[in-house]
Amino acid sequence: MIDWPAFTPLSAFAGGLLIGVATALLLLLNGRIAGISGILGELLHPKRNDIAWRLLFIAGLIISPLVYQLFHVLPDATITANTGTIVIAGLLVGIGTRYASGCTSGHGICGISRLSPRSIVATLVFMLSAGITVFIARHIQ
Amino acid sequence: MMLPLLASLFSGLVFGLGLLLSGMTNPAKVIGFLDVAGAWDPSLAFVMLGAIAVAFFAFRFVGTRGKSVLGLPVVLPGKHTIDARLILGSIVFGIGWGLAGYCPGPAIVSLGSGYKEAVLFSAAMVAGMAVYELVQRFFARHHAG
Repeated sequence: MIDWPAFTPLSAFAGGLLIGVATALLLLLNGRIAGISGILGELLHPKRNDIAWRLLFIAGLIISPLVYQLFHVLPDATITANTGTIVIAGLLVGIGTRYASGCTSGHGICGISRLSPRSIVATLVFMLSAGITVFIARHIQ
Repeated sequence: MMLPLLASLFSGLVFGLGLLLSGMTNPAKVIGFLDVAGAWDPSLAFVMLGAIAVAFFAFRFVGTRGKSVLGLPVVLPGKHTIDARLILGSIVFGIGWGLAGYCPGPAIVSLGSGYKEAVLFSAAMVAGMAVYELVQRFFARHHAG
């Protein structure tokens, strides 16, 4: 059953276009994949001349709400998970994305855009795994 | 050297603006997308459609040349095999994503929005990445020794 009041296809698609433009810019100008878990995670075994661009990309992400606020009020965000769940979730996301060599951006956007079979499989698996997790948390407990 | 760094900063900024506009930085909306059996909000499928619609052509364009516009080498993933690490890692990532509603990008953007939950999540995420690094190094040493 579709939650029609919550459904926002236009802003979702427009936001997606911006994400696509950002991905295209990083690839065309710098030759790099905009995969966020990789950009962040590779900083933990830093290589020469491979640090600054990662830090600046992450800085761009962090300042984006400040820039967004110049034009519009920030969108609402509701976090229902408690502190313990947030910590466990963060650990799992950190470990899982590094083992899988990618997350929603690296596999879900860049990989699918490259038609990479690895990324298509990874995206199907993490979507299914996340869907089952939400199903258990919401409908079984 | 300056231009690629500015390009990185700008790309991160535009990426973050896209995540905010799309609704991805709202964990409740992400969980609403993942909850297919409940009141389902399909919006986030449109985020992927929009992003892929642009990125697809950028990858097509790059596929025909080895250097970026700024003269840097194009670095694409070298792995092609679908192995246990890919599958198990994706399962573990999916569980974490479903529990909190944050994936890496939106969590980092939400640091700038000032959510303390995002600070906690991001700290735990970096700790998880550090655990991965330590395990990798341990096995590399063990293997070499």
